[in-house]
Amino acid sequence: MASQTLEIKRSSASMWGTSTGIRSLPTVAKYVDTSTCIGCKACEAACQEWNDLKRVPTSQDGSYQTMPELQADFWNLIKFNETEVDGELNWLMRKDQCMHCAEPGCLAACPAPGAIVQYANGIVDVNPDSCIGCGYCATGCPFDVPKFHAKTGKMAKCTLCVDRAEVGLEPACVKACPTGCLSYGSKDDMVALGILRVKQLKDAGFKDAMLYDPQGVGGTSVVTVLKYNRPELYSLPADPHVPWGVKVWKQVVRPLGVIAGFLTIFAAFGHYTKYGPKEPPSDEGRAA
Amino acid sequence: MTNGWVDIKNADVILAMGGNPAENHPVGFKWFMEARRGRNAKIVAVDPRFTRTAAVADMYAPIRPGTDIAFLLGIIRYAIETGRYHGDYVKIHTNAPYVVSDKFTFNDGLFSGFDDKTHSYAKDTWAYDGDPAKGGAYLVDSTLQHPRSVFQLLKQHVARYTPETVERICGTPKDKYLKVCEIVTSTGNAQRVGTITYALGWTQHSTGVQIIRAGAMLQLLLGNVGRPGGGVNAFRGHSNIQGATDTAGNTEILPGYLKTPTGTQPTLADYYTASIPLTLNKQAWPSMNYWQNYPKFMVSMLKSLYGNASTKDNDWGYGWLPKIDGNYSWMYIYDDMYRGSSMRAGGKEPGPEGFITFGMNPVGLGPNSKKMIAALSKLKWMVVVENSEIETATFWKAPSEYGGASPAQIPTEVFMLPAANFAEKDGTFTNSARWLQWKWKALDPPGQAKADQEIVSRIFLAVQALYKKEGGALPDAVLNVSWAYTNPVNPDLGEVLKEMNGKALADLKDPKDPTKVVKTAGQQIDGFGQLMDDGTTSCGNWLHSGVYTEAGNNAQRRNNADPTGLGMFHNWAFSWPANRRVMYNRASADADGKPWDATRVGIKWNGEKWVGDVPDMKPDAPPGTFGAFIMLPEGVGRLFSAALADGPFPEHYEAVEAPAPNLLHPKVTSNPTALKFASDKDSIGTADKFPIVCTTYRLTEHFHYWTKHQQAGVLNELSPGFFVEIPEGLAGEKGIANGSKVKVSSARGSIEGTAMVTKRLPALNIDGKRIWQIGFPIHWGYAAAEGHTGPLANFLTASVGDPNTWTPEYKAFLVTLEKA
Repeated sequence: MASQTLEIKRSSASMWGTSTGIRSLPTVAKYVDTSTCIGCKACEAACQEWNDLKRVPTSQDGSYQTMPELQADFWNLIKFNETEVDGELNWLMRKDQCMHCAEPGCLAACPAPGAIVQYANGIVDVNPDSCIGCGYCATGCPFDVPKFHAKTGKMAKCTLCVDRAEVGLEPACVKACPTGCLSYGSKDDMVALGILRVKQLKDAGFKDAMLYDPQGVGGTSVVTVLKYNRPELYSLPADPHVPWGVKVWKQVVRPLGVIAGFLTIFAAFGHYTKYGPKEPPSDEGRAA
Repeated sequence: MTNGWVDIKNADVILAMGGNPAENHPVGFKWFMEARRGRNAKIVAVDPRFTRTAAVADMYAPIRPGTDIAFLLGIIRYAIETGRYHGDYVKIHTNAPYVVSDKFTFNDGLFSGFDDKTHSYAKDTWAYDGDPAKGGAYLVDSTLQHPRSVFQLLKQHVARYTPETVERICGTPKDKYLKVCEIVTSTGNAQRVGTITYALGWTQHSTGVQIIRAGAMLQLLLGNVGRPGGGVNAFRGHSNIQGATDTAGNTEILPGYLKTPTGTQPTLADYYTASIPLTLNKQAWPSMNYWQNYPKFMVSMLKSLYGNASTKDNDWGYGWLPKIDGNYSWMYIYDDMYRGSSMRAGGKEPGPEGFITFGMNPVGLGPNSKKMIAALSKLKWMVVVENSEIETATFWKAPSEYGGASPAQIPTEVFMLPAANFAEKDGTFTNSARWLQWKWKALDPPGQAKADQEIVSRIFLAVQALYKKEGGALPDAVLNVSWAYTNPVNPDLGEVLKEMNGKALADLKDPKDPTKVVKTAGQQIDGFGQLMDDGTTSCGNWLHSGVYTEAGNNAQRRNNADPTGLGMFHNWAFSWPANRRVMYNRASADADGKPWDATRVGIKWNGEKWVGDVPDMKPDAPPGTFGAFIMLPEGVGRLFSAALADGPFPEHYEAVEAPAPNLLHPKVTSNPTALKFASDKDSIGTADKFPIVCTTYRLTEHFHYWTKHQQAGVLNELSPGFFVEIPEGLAGEKGIANGSKVKVSSARGSIEGTAMVTKRLPALNIDGKRIWQIGFPIHWGYAAAEGHTGPLANFLTASVGDPNTWTPEYKAFLVTLEKA
C-alpha cells in the first residue's frame, strides 16, 4: 500500500526509518471482542471490497469458515472453532488478520530495503514497489499472516487500512461490523476498552477472561478479548515470538555483517593510506 | 414487533427462541449486545442447533424441532407454581379473572367442539360463562380463585408440563431447562423486564400460531407486554415484509388488517356485523373496543379505491370488492393448479389457468418442489416479474430429478418481465419495528427493467381499457377503480403514500367544537383519529395514517433526538400506529397510571394526560377509564381466547411428520386441525421409514434465493455450496466423513450435499429413545450464476401447515440419511 504521508518508524533491511519526530502520532489499534462476535463475515466482505481484492474461489468443505487460511487476496478471515470447554460446547469465532506487532517479525526477516515498513502510528505495511517476493517475512511472522501473491510476485496482507487511517477513518472491517465487537482508536484507548470488557466477562462468570496483547512481539495493534485464557482455542499462538532464526539473522548475523562490512572498508582505507594505490605491474617484469 | 429493534437494549432478559437473530438479523442483533453491555442483560438461546446466536448467548438450551409449545407451557407452569409472575399486572391487564363457560372441556388432546369429519372446531363452548356476546351476565373474579377462572383453568392446563415431561418431549436436559425457567421468570415483577424474540422457527410449524401465542401468554403472565424492554417481537424475513402484510399481502385481509369480505356478506351491514366485535363492559375497566371505528376505516378505504364512484347510496362501492368463497392462500392455489380443479364450490370449478408471480419464487420457496413444478406445468400462461431468471421462470427446464415433463409437453407460455430491484427504486421499507422509512433510488434499473408500480399500473390500465372496450363479466369492479395519479402509468410513490395516509374530502369539524374546522377539503389528515364514515375522508390504509401529513412525508424524517433515552426516536421516520413505538404501552403503568419501573417509562399519567411514548389509550382518559388493550372487546390481554382455529389454549402436538408418539395423548399425535393436502404428490413420511428429524434455515451470507444469482460481490464465496449439518454421533454411525457427499431423502424425494459434521447438533434423548436431528440451509437451486447451483431444500418439505395462517411446516419433517 505504502502511505506517502505517514512517517516511517522502521523500515526493513535499513538501519533507520525516516521518522523525524516532529509529529507525534499515537499508536493505533483495532479492538476485537470475540465474546460478541457472531461470525457474520461483514468484515470479510468489507475488506475485500475496500481493498479491491480479487474474488477468491472457495468450495464447501464442511465448515462455516470461508477458507482454511488467509490468502494473498483474502486478508481478513473469521476462524470458527468448535470446541468443548469444561464440558460446555463453544463455537468461538475470531477475526484473523495481520496483528501489526510492535516488534514485527516480518520486518525483521525482510531482506529487501523498505519492502516492509512500520509507520509512526504502529501500522506494519508491505510496500509492493520494494518487495522482492522472497517470502522471508512469512517465516518471520509468528501468526502465519503474509502470503505470496502468485500473480504480482509480491507479498500481501492486511494494511490496517492505512489509506483510511492516514485520513482519520476507521478500517473498513470496523466500519462494517454490526454488533460493535470491533472498535478502532489509539492503542491506549483500545486496551482500556479491553480491560473493561474483560472485567465484565469476569463478573459474568468467565473467571479467566483475558486481553490478548502478546508481549513476546512487543504487543500488537490488534487487541483481542478472549473469554478463556487459552489463546490456542481461538487458533492463536499462546506466547508468540519472532522465530529465533530471524532474531539471529536480525540481531547477530546482520549487525555482524554490517560490522564486517565496515571493517573491510576501514581495512581497505588503512591499507591505502599505508601502502598507497596498487601499482600496475611493470612491463619489464612481464617480459621477464 | 410489539416493541422495536432499539428497544431490545432496555431488556434485562432476552429469550431468543424460534429464530437465530445473530444469523438472520445481524444488524438488529447489535441491540442484544447493547443490552448486555449496557445493563448486563442475560441472553438465552433455545434452538435445535447451537447457532451463531447461541455462540454469544449467556445460556443455550437444545430443543427438538416442533416441541416449542411444551417448552413454553412448562415455563408458564414454573412461573405459576413458584409465584414468579407479575400478579398485579395479571389482575388488571389480562383476562385471568374471567370465568369460563362450564361447557368448555379439554380431554385426551382435544378441546370441546371438535368435528371429526371436518377436522375443525365449533368454538361456541370456548366462551366466558354467561355468554357476554349475547348480553349475558358474565362473571369476573378478581381474586383469581374461581375454579373456572381463566387463571385456574390455565394452571390446570399447564400442570402436565413438568420439567420431567418437558425433558421427555423436547429432549432439553432438566437442569438446563430449570435454569432457563429461572432466568426467564426473573422478569415476572415490576422491577425487571424481559423480551421474547422469534422468527420463522416459530412460524413455520403446523402449530406455529399457537407457539407464538404461548410466548405471548408467558409475556402477559410475566407482565412484560407493553413495557419498554418487553413484548413479543417477530423478526421479519425481508426488508419490507411487514409493509407487505400491512398492505394486504395476504388473501384474508385488506389494507390495515381489515377483513376480506366473503360471499355470505353481500352488504356492508352484513360485513360489519361479522367484523366488529361486541364490547364487553362489565369488568372493572370498560373496554374502548377500538374496532367500533371499523366503518370509518372501511368507508375511507372504499373512498380511496373508488373515488367519486363511491357513494352512500351504493354502500360506498362495497359491492365491487371481490368476495372470497374459500381459502385463497398460496398452498391452496398451487394445489388447485396441480389438480386442475378448485376445492371450493364442491370442487366443480376449474383450477387457475393463468398466474402472475411478482417478486416471489414459488418453486424455490414453496414446499414439495416436485408438486410446485407439476402445478405450474398445467397453466396456460404465467408472468414472472423478477430481477433474475429464478427457478419459477425456468421451471420447464428444471433438472430431471424434479420429475417435470419434457419442455415440449408443457403448454405453459412463460413471460418474464424484468423488474427493478430494491436499490433501483424509491419508496418505503416498513421494518419489523413497524417503522415506515423512506428510501431513495440509488441507480437506474438496467435495460428494460421497470419499477413495480409501473408494471402494475401498465397491466391494470390495459385490463381496464379491455373492460371498457369489451364489457365482460362484472366490469364495474374494474371500471370504477380510481387511478387519479399525476402520471397514471408510473405513479409517484410519494403520491401513493399520500393516498394511503388519507385526506379530507370536505371540511372536517372539531368534534368538541363544531365551529372549528380542523381540516379543509383536500388537506392531508393528521391520523386515523380524523377519519369519518360519512364519505368526507379517504384513506388507503388507516394503520399508516399519519405517515404523510400536511407537515410532509414523515417516512423521510431522520431526527435522532431521543428525549426518552429509551431509543424511541419519535422524529425518526413514522411508526404505525400513530407513531407509537411500543404497542399496548398503557400496560407499562399500574392501575393509577404510575409506571411499573420509573427508569423505563412507557407512558405515565401526569394528572391531566398520558405522557411518554404516544399513548395506546385516549390521551386524556384518566387511569381506570378504559382497559389497556383497546383493540380487544374485553380491553385486557387474553390468556384464553377463541380467536384461533386450534384451541383456546396452546397444546403440545407433534409435527405432522412425527418422530415419536405424543407423550401426553397418543391418540391425538399431531395438530388435529393441521392443514394437509391429499393429491397424489402429497405423501407423508413415518418414523419407521424416516427416523431422523430434519429442519431448514438460512445463512447470514445469503439473501433467500437471490445471492446465488449474483454476478459480482463476494457473498457466494463466503458461504459456498449447499451443505447438510450432521451430528458427530450420527456421522460416526453412518461412516460419514466431514466434507464428503451425503444423500438426504424424505417421502417427497432425495437431495445430495456436502456433509458438515458438527458437535452443534446434539443427539436428543426423547422419552428414553435417542433421536437424531439434521438440518440444511435453503439458499440454493437450479437457477443460479455459474458455479452456484445446488438442490432446492424444499424438494424434501411437505405441503402441510398451520390451520390459522396456512404457513408450511418447513421446520420439522422426517428424513433418512446415507452416504452418496
